[in-house]
Amino acid sequence: MAVPILKQGPFLIASIQAALTDTDVVRLQDDIMRQVGRFRSRGIVVDVTALDVMDSFVSRSLRGIAHMTRLRGAETVIVGIQPEVAFAMVQLGMNFEDVHTALDLEEGLAFLQEKLTAEPNAGGG
Amino acid sequence: MPVADSVRVAIASDSDVVTARQAAREMGAGLGFSSTDLTLLATAISEVARNITTYAGTGEVAVRVLRERGREGIEVVASDEGPGIADVELALQDGYTTGNGLGLGLPGARRLVDEFDLDTRPGAGTRVRLVKWRA
Repeated sequence: MAVPILKQGPFLIASIQAALTDTDVVRLQDDIMRQVGRFRSRGIVVDVTALDVMDSFVSRSLRGIAHMTRLRGAETVIVGIQPEVAFAMVQLGMNFEDVHTALDLEEGLAFLQEKLTAEPNAGGG
Repeated sequence: MPVADSVRVAIASDSDVVTARQAAREMGAGLGFSSTDLTLLATAISEVARNITTYAGTGEVAVRVLRERGREGIEVVASDEGPGIADVELALQDGYTTGNGLGLGLPGARRLVDEFDLDTRPGAGTRVRLVKWRA
């Protein structure tokens, strides 16, 4: 199932709705990269609240999204990692240290907004 | 609604991986597993079932309820007739992979469950057995 991606001002919001197959994850990666270019987005929120499992493949792919979008000038923040999922990721040995995370969508958007405002060329003059 | 005591899921594509872990989650919920333990088990299944699609192509995940000495658990056997693993010790080390993953699959899955057995030989397939007991 494709993950819907909404444009909200300078940001994109990808809300995962249900369990993702590996194919869905790869497609999400491609879709986000395409939309970042199309809308010249400055930030992306990926909402994983609905995920009951984040195994090594999903985690690696989300980290990949964060790294790739950064190279395109957009910050990604992963929001809504459930407590049990966080526990499992740590046990699994997933390293998520270089990825921005926030509690929920609201916190994630606030984080991106803050980043954007802090930039010296914010607003484009 | 009663849940079956055993389920076999044929693994041939990535959506079967999701089916297998959801079957175990349902079974575990029926036994009264905590949601943390359900998530740990489902994540471990995801790792071993993905190894089937990545390295063997096809295989099977069999999930069943275990009852012994007054305790209940779930046993998962992921088996395939793929190439097998030449160096088991190496395959169980964090970060080692012959694929393009992170090398967390087997060692990670082992940390998520209570019992873990790996039976494999080059050319003779791979069988991974996981058990999670209800806390």
